[in-house]
Amino acid sequence: MCLKSLKISYTDISNSLKQFHLAALLGWQDVRQRYRRSVLGPFWLTVSMGVMIGTIGIVFGQIFQSPMQDFLPFLSIGLVLWNFISNTLTEGCVGFISSEAIIKQLPIPLFIHILRLIWRNIIIMTHNIVIFPIVLIIYHKEISWIPLISIPGFFLLLLNLIWMVLFLSVLCARYRDLPQIVTSLLLVMFYLTPIMWMPSLLPQQNTNVKLLILNPFFHLMEIVKAPLLGNLPSILNWKVSIMLGVFGWLVTMFMYGHYKRRIAYWL
Amino acid sequence: MASIVFDNVLVDFPIYNSNTRSLKNKLIQVATGGQLGSDKHGRVVVRALENISFQLKDGDRVGLLGHNGAGKSTLLRLLGGVYEPTFGKSTIIGKIGSLIDISLGIDPETTGRDNIYIRGALLGLTRSQVKVKIDEIIDFSELGDFVDMPLRTYSTGMHMRLAFSVSTIIRPEILLMDEWLSVGDESFQHKVENRLNDLVSSAKILVIASHSKELLLKTCNRLIWLEHGRIKMDGTPETISSAYFGH
Repeated sequence: MCLKSLKISYTDISNSLKQFHLAALLGWQDVRQRYRRSVLGPFWLTVSMGVMIGTIGIVFGQIFQSPMQDFLPFLSIGLVLWNFISNTLTEGCVGFISSEAIIKQLPIPLFIHILRLIWRNIIIMTHNIVIFPIVLIIYHKEISWIPLISIPGFFLLLLNLIWMVLFLSVLCARYRDLPQIVTSLLLVMFYLTPIMWMPSLLPQQNTNVKLLILNPFFHLMEIVKAPLLGNLPSILNWKVSIMLGVFGWLVTMFMYGHYKRRIAYWL
Repeated sequence: MASIVFDNVLVDFPIYNSNTRSLKNKLIQVATGGQLGSDKHGRVVVRALENISFQLKDGDRVGLLGHNGAGKSTLLRLLGGVYEPTFGKSTIIGKIGSLIDISLGIDPETTGRDNIYIRGALLGLTRSQVKVKIDEIIDFSELGDFVDMPLRTYSTGMHMRLAFSVSTIIRPEILLMDEWLSVGDESFQHKVENRLNDLVSSAKILVIASHSKELLLKTCNRLIWLEHGRIKMDGTPETISSAYFGH
């Protein structure tokens, strides 16, 4: 089972990467379809994100008594990133299910459908993230070289998201209850992860520290979020993200290679 | 050099009813210790193909015939590389091109030109490869300026012209068809006929499913008769068609 599964996964993934232009074209097509004949197009996402950040910022900022100049940038990058992660994982559950028609007609490498949805969500995120520099400018945040670290951080986040999406797509094609479970879990994680609340506000108890450390999303978000806010992510953040990536990919490659031939039958 | 070898291929479609489809129920099953033993999953299986063995080589023009539900389309999908056999081995060497669904992936909201690029990409062509051929495709379809209009403004005939023009731009080594394509009005049909003949003659292996005796006798040099998922007869067009059609 072992080596053959790895070979099957590897072949499929590398063939998909060779045809990345197809995935990119389809992903871009998906975004265009949603905003056909609308004036602002995908920038409506930017506007709605901006409104949400403004409203939440004002209300919760006062509740938590956080100074706006710290809270709003923290909130805006957190919301944009979480939106990206949560949408990618939610859509990821139906990655193969939603491409059922094409999968049953054309022998395109299956991983292309995963690349398509990742690309689509990246496009949407780049429209959303426009809000963040605006917030930084409003609050006169200084620019240094530290934000550049968020670029490798983002790639590490992306690498992790991709294996999660592939894993979920395969599992959800077989077990149709799983998308619901994932949605519920993501909702819970939204509250457990420091997005709407700053970690410094938590009473410094052991349980709270564990809450953060055991949360993989906390680490994955910190490697992108912290540099953009002018701080360096901790070594633990990097360690967890890298190890999560390595083990996640190993398990997923075996699982994908083993079950790939069954996927068309499950749909 | 193309070749197709099927060795004792079997295709079972599991029909998942609500009992096994949801993970929740499976967990409950395990937790309460009930429902052990084989065939207790409440799962129905449709055996679409059984004991399928044959070899195809360069120059083979194979026709598939059989009653509705015999397994022709399933076999075409196996040949197309969409399904892998549940058991048995299928070895397919050569680039595959399928004319079974020529409209797949077409987006009605975008222009004809954009749809050409989409179809081209789905067929495995890069953007630059499509760009080289795009004028040829548009000329063949005779759509003129309509090619820059959204597809939803097209009539069905125009839609099919575009789909046909772009889908037949490839020259695969293994060509798969489900019935002969008949697209467009009378003047266009001539071009369709020529183009299809061109495709068929440049393909190394052709597999076409059909219910038409004339077509099968004209196009094929070998016929495979499928019945209830098994090969009933495999031989020359004359023998099989007189047995199947009865005259």
